[in-house]
Amino acid sequence: MQEKPWKPWALLSPSLSAVFLLLVVPVCFIVVYSFWLRAPSGADIPAFQFGNYAKFFEDFFYPSILIRTIRVALETVILCLVMGYIPAYFFYRSESRHKSILLLLIMLPFWISFIIRTLSWINILGDSGLINYLLIEMGILNEPLSMLYNEGAVLMGLLQYLLPFMILNVYVSLDGIDKSLLEAARSLGCTEWQAFKEVVLPLSMPGVSAGCLLVFVLTAGTYLPPMILGGPGNDMIANLIFKRIIGTLDWPFGSAISVILLVLLGIIVFTYNRYLGINQIFKTLQ
Amino acid sequence: MTQERNPRLVRFEGIVKRFGTVTAVEKMDLDIAEGTLVTLLGPSGCGKTTLLRMIAGLEDPTEGDIYIKGERINDIPIHKRNLGMIFQNYALFPHKTIFDNVAFGLKYRNVNKAEVEKKVTQALEMVRLPGVEKRMPAQLSGGQQQRIALARAIVIEPDVLLMDEPLSALDENLREEMRREVDNLQQMLGVTTIFVTHDQREALSMSDKIVVMKDGKKLQEGTPDEVYNQPNNHFVADFLGHSNFAEGEVVGKENRFVKVRLKDGTIFRVEDTGRFQEGEPVELVVRAQKFDAFRQEEFTPDPEMNYFEGKIRDRSYMGGEVSYFVELPDGTEVHIISMMRTRIYEVGDSVSVQVAPRHCHLLPIET
Repeated sequence: MQEKPWKPWALLSPSLSAVFLLLVVPVCFIVVYSFWLRAPSGADIPAFQFGNYAKFFEDFFYPSILIRTIRVALETVILCLVMGYIPAYFFYRSESRHKSILLLLIMLPFWISFIIRTLSWINILGDSGLINYLLIEMGILNEPLSMLYNEGAVLMGLLQYLLPFMILNVYVSLDGIDKSLLEAARSLGCTEWQAFKEVVLPLSMPGVSAGCLLVFVLTAGTYLPPMILGGPGNDMIANLIFKRIIGTLDWPFGSAISVILLVLLGIIVFTYNRYLGINQIFKTLQ
Repeated sequence: MTQERNPRLVRFEGIVKRFGTVTAVEKMDLDIAEGTLVTLLGPSGCGKTTLLRMIAGLEDPTEGDIYIKGERINDIPIHKRNLGMIFQNYALFPHKTIFDNVAFGLKYRNVNKAEVEKKVTQALEMVRLPGVEKRMPAQLSGGQQQRIALARAIVIEPDVLLMDEPLSALDENLREEMRREVDNLQQMLGVTTIFVTHDQREALSMSDKIVVMKDGKKLQEGTPDEVYNQPNNHFVADFLGHSNFAEGEVVGKENRFVKVRLKDGTIFRVEDTGRFQEGEPVELVVRAQKFDAFRQEEFTPDPEMNYFEGKIRDRSYMGGEVSYFVELPDGTEVHIISMMRTRIYEVGDSVSVQVAPRHCHLLPIET
């Protein structure tokens, strides 16, 4: 067959142009905007200066939000991993004919708007929400327990948003592990737990690392759960960008923070892939 | 081996296995002698793999008991049974080196490091793959991977080696080679081996004993020679090799022969085993290879032989032999396989076919 080198590019062109127009171009705008000067009144002034970046690192206020963002993202990753691996493993070992229905149930939350799902936690955790109502009715509490507008509530919101991503990533990886490997390990003298540790866990690492990366990146860029479920002290970096751009209309500074977040996440993803992601996937392909 | 061999190293007593409403194994009693290679042979779904998995502990019997070395093992967990298992798809750990794969079972058996290295090296030499310790499984070919799986299973010196269709993922030539390899290794080590296959040639060439299974039941058990030459029912005769069947009736006895009249009136003489009496309906079985065909005009009937006449309908070469279908005057077809060294007939040739009474067998009619 004759090679047509332009063919793959022709087939890719619709998605490539979409990515270029809808992602690369706007990001370029943001990068350019981050160097502009903010005018006290009227339109922002085009310029090339690093004032906006300097402002971010002027004192500890802004960097501390960045650090908090990373900390919350790591906490979410750990929670998702622990709470996601168990159901994924359950699906893997399940011999049930209804396995596909169980998997469908994992996807079910995606059919409801993320905002509504996040808002619904107010009805569950709020002062007159479900949990407090029940506890007071049962006489366990006298006055409502304050569960909203703190980091715990934010983590809860993040968890319910991101858990399906983790479960599905880990499950796909587990599903590729031949069950006869487990049987071989058992017949050679492993207990169920040892077989898990020796065979299943290492072979599921590609899914685990992909899931962790996805959850980390999505958490670091999210602003809805902290905005709806968090208090003033729980702002994450995306909330800061939101407030600068929508609230104070400081587009140059908001753009600069966006670029900082983008560069930071880029470095993390690159390093992670270099040492964990690609390496792990390569190992199992061998 | 200086010790007396245990004739019942593995023992099944009334084993039944049901999956929901499906019965996979039905009332199985079977003894397996120490140091022998026993094949469970049958079509897919006959329960042979289920039986194997019950010894391994990967399935629990619904009823009945399994004994290894006289000890009831029903409730002993898999990892304490000391069995070596070989899988169809090799089941090597893809993330571990060959060394770690082979040494895997030793890790759970309190073997010190120097000893582990010695045993792994020995096992790899035994499967004729020395020096591959540092490689990963995916760097080896299918046949090599199965040898590593074999090394991994024998290095723990198992009481029983269980093999679940271990050769069926390999291509034809490699399968032949591996078959001999497994056979040699089994004899060298003297390890009791249970081998599951649906391939009759594999079963016939390797086994000390063959257990033919169908629909969860044991149909016949015996040496390869016994099950091949003295099948005791229609299925066994049909499953192993190419057989011709004809229904008839015992019409009398003469010296050491039984006379059988077939549906078309032909009288066949069959060696008397004492199993059938005059008047009983029977099924006559003759292997395709046992017939001799002659050109009709050159044929002199031998009163000691059974013979009939027909026309060659179809002919095909099968390498060293030729396969014919001979049509009899009443329209039935007989399958004949003859060696190439005899004359080759053309389609349409009239032939006389003879077969010695000792190559004819009688079976009861199955309803």
